[in-house]
Amino acid sequence: MSSNLFMVSNALIGIPAAAAIAVALEPEYRRSAIINVCASGATFLFALVLLIVEPESSDYLFVDDLNIVFVVLSTFIGFTTSVYSASYIDHEIETGRLTPANVRFYHAMYQSLMGAMNLALLASNIGLMWVAVEVATLTTVLMVGIYRTPHALEAAWKYFILGSVGIALALFGTILIYMAAEPVLGQGYDAMVWKTLMQQASRFDPRMLNVAFVFLMLGYGTKVGLAPMHAWLPDAHAEGPTPISAVLSGLLLNVALYAVLRFKMLLTANAAAITPGPLMITLGLASLIMAAFMLYRRDDIKRLFAYSSIEHMGIIAFAFGMGGPLANFAGLLHMTMHSLTKSAIFFSVGHIAQAKGTQKIAEIRGLTQSQPALGWTLVAGVVAIIGLPPLGIFMSEFLVVSSTFARQPLLAIPLVFGLLLAFGALLLRLTGMAFGEPSRDAGEVKASMLPLYAHLSLVLLAGLYLPSHLVAWFQNVARLLG
Amino acid sequence: MDLLTIDIAHVLAGALVLTSFMLLYQDRLSGLINIYTLHAVVLSLSVAWQAYYQDAPHLYVTAGIAVIFKAVIIPFSLRRIIERLRIHRTVEVVGGVGVTMLIGIFLTALSLVVMLPATASADPLAREDIAFALAIVLLGLLMMVTRRNAVSQIIGFMSLENGLILAAAGAHGMPLVVEISVAFSILIAFIVIGIFLFRIRERFDNVDLFELDRVRGGRS
Repeated sequence: MSSNLFMVSNALIGIPAAAAIAVALEPEYRRSAIINVCASGATFLFALVLLIVEPESSDYLFVDDLNIVFVVLSTFIGFTTSVYSASYIDHEIETGRLTPANVRFYHAMYQSLMGAMNLALLASNIGLMWVAVEVATLTTVLMVGIYRTPHALEAAWKYFILGSVGIALALFGTILIYMAAEPVLGQGYDAMVWKTLMQQASRFDPRMLNVAFVFLMLGYGTKVGLAPMHAWLPDAHAEGPTPISAVLSGLLLNVALYAVLRFKMLLTANAAAITPGPLMITLGLASLIMAAFMLYRRDDIKRLFAYSSIEHMGIIAFAFGMGGPLANFAGLLHMTMHSLTKSAIFFSVGHIAQAKGTQKIAEIRGLTQSQPALGWTLVAGVVAIIGLPPLGIFMSEFLVVSSTFARQPLLAIPLVFGLLLAFGALLLRLTGMAFGEPSRDAGEVKASMLPLYAHLSLVLLAGLYLPSHLVAWFQNVARLLG
Repeated sequence: MDLLTIDIAHVLAGALVLTSFMLLYQDRLSGLINIYTLHAVVLSLSVAWQAYYQDAPHLYVTAGIAVIFKAVIIPFSLRRIIERLRIHRTVEVVGGVGVTMLIGIFLTALSLVVMLPATASADPLAREDIAFALAIVLLGLLMMVTRRNAVSQIIGFMSLENGLILAAAGAHGMPLVVEISVAFSILIAFIVIGIFLFRIRERFDNVDLFELDRVRGGRS
């Protein structure tokens, strides 16, 4: 059984790695797009196998209920995004914004990113996880700068500098965790492996864990996009290719959040250490409210939804910071729903920007008339993201708010305030873009609607009915999170 | 463990902090690269001393990487870059050296105050090393925010990474994977930055980040 699993979890990293090399060698961009889709699809299928095979850990990789959630979600969105990316890239080549050589590089980086994210999620060792997050960061930096316009370079540079600083702080925290574990677990690998760390956490020096967590929270928190370390996020989303915006918002932010959650569990296991909750709650609320205000002043459509991602990561960090079975459940659900909805929104935004030839909100009007399919999916996506019933985010936000009211009524006030503020801003922008006299189209666009419909129908389904299996599974994970 | 061993380790780590301070106020790019070379040499001595003291041969490898890669290859290529870009004579305006130094002193004190009590249970050598390492990390960050020039920012970032390696070497028996990966990540990071520099050069004709600010225009 364990050898089965070993193969499966290796495949999750091996397939993207092999595919990255294959697309790097493939000069024809249409064929490399197909390889990209196939490899992402195969990775997703292997991730589904993890659900069936009994998880057991190997030396470097391990699988438990927590990281399966993240792996399945991230390989699924990786797959749908690769389908979307194929049509997006086609259009970019036709309009001459990208050359085939650029695309070859882009596909290689896309697969490297998928492999690095799976490695970060499955790594059983805190050092290995750090390396994987760093690799994922570097690949996205390269993709953000791919258009080579001054704005794209500036965004990539800012992302690179802030991302490196975050990752450096996270490494310092990782070293401190090792130093805290070393007197108990002895020198060597044992003091870096999640399993042994979790078992012995109660015997570590709490003061060292406290300091370590501050560094890890700030370091990985930079990658989650929590305020005030969020400055890289809107630029990177706005200037890179849209599939990458979808992957950044839908996946990479989650991977960084996963790292924070793991270390949170470690601190919770040590009674004498600080409770990590309040720190996460503060950063989460700050991100929510800051982003909600910023939403009002955006004039770029991708930047608008990037701020909305900061807002939602804030809500998710808040929910996990509250802790307890209900809030954790709500956080997990909200994370899943946000990933699906936000990547769907970016899918439609990408094609809209291609059709209109601009990202300026002021120059996009009357979408439901001029581009009915794209326009209405954007409406559906925004209705979902602002949390209207009956869609999935309504349910998860409702759970977050109600569990907060039950335990900390005072904290619910800023939370609801931020939610309403963001609600108003997005609705305001949406009416301008979707309705009214349509603005002129810049050109035809062959949109691939399938990934969009898939994501939105999943979100609708989750809002109407959650399968009991899924509920039981998430409840189990929520208990694990403590 | 005898006192001399600890003292030598502390002298080396302290020298690294001092070199970080020198980086803070150096305003010539070529001078900055020279001091960075010194920084790398002191780091490798410090790591080599840890290797000797902990009897951990793999740390000699880390020390070797530090010498060859950071004290030879990187300064060499940086020098070529600034010569190609014709900015090697540039004197950078570093606003308020006095204030920067005071902030630097404050950060060093802060890291001692935070780390020494937190690591009371660790052995004396490791705990002071990690306190110094944090100081170097913070000074690197400070340098990155006070400089406008891309090359100086890179040097700030690399001095920060040196601090991380000092911390990793000080942690007893930390697996080699981590150290090598750190070295590799610097390599990758450096290639990335190198590509960026040349692209920025293509677009702007110099690597001053003020230019990037200008491009940003009114956007926030």
